[in-house]
Amino acid sequence: MRVRMRLFGPFKEIAPSADEWRELREGETVAGLLALLHREAVLPEKLLLASAVAVNQEYAQPSRTLLDGDEVAILPPVSGGRR
Amino acid sequence: MKVALQREPIDTAALHAEIKAGSDGAICVFDGIVRDNTRGRRTLHLDYEAYEEMALTQMRDLAEQAIARFGVRDVVLVHRLGRLLVGETSVFIVVASAHRGAAFDACRWVIDTLKKTVPIWKKEQFADGAVWADGEPFPDDIAGVRP
Repeated sequence: MRVRMRLFGPFKEIAPSADEWRELREGETVAGLLALLHREAVLPEKLLLASAVAVNQEYAQPSRTLLDGDEVAILPPVSGGRR
Repeated sequence: MKVALQREPIDTAALHAEIKAGSDGAICVFDGIVRDNTRGRRTLHLDYEAYEEMALTQMRDLAEQAIARFGVRDVVLVHRLGRLLVGETSVFIVVASAHRGAAFDACRWVIDTLKKTVPIWKKEQFADGAVWADGEPFPDDIAGVRP
């Protein structure tokens, strides 16, 4: 199956070519995709660990199963300003 | 209720004036502007980028939640994208309410929650280099996977 990966900010800058359709095994989960990204080590690990995932523009839990055609965004911490 | 992402400068005075209604006793405004430094490092400009479709949905949700949770009458929430110079408004929030307490509380809640959950990022251009700003850690309920 294929999902549409969306990258933003620092991730997009580091890996512009990963902002694309991507082939995944059937039944892959959000957690499984993140583990895959960790192993590939294209995106910086520290930022990846602090990231959230959105599926079809809503925050998704790690256990969420991905479906063919899903839009999957890897979101680095949003730029707050703590004070 | 008005929620928007825009590249052109935010007309803060117009938004402030437009929201007023006869039943309001308080208008609370938060005007977030570009600071000239981060921890002493001189800032030239900021570049804001968003996951626009999701950010807009989240912002609409925040405005609706603010009205429901705090009982205020109306909320305006506008965020700017693209390149912003020092002193320009990046985010503008206006809350209209019969009483000031709810207006203050709702306004504070909207900006604090926006900064933790709405997918907008900023790259800071300093005199001596550029970095993507360290974001806020995500709240536990939307954090990704910690192996």
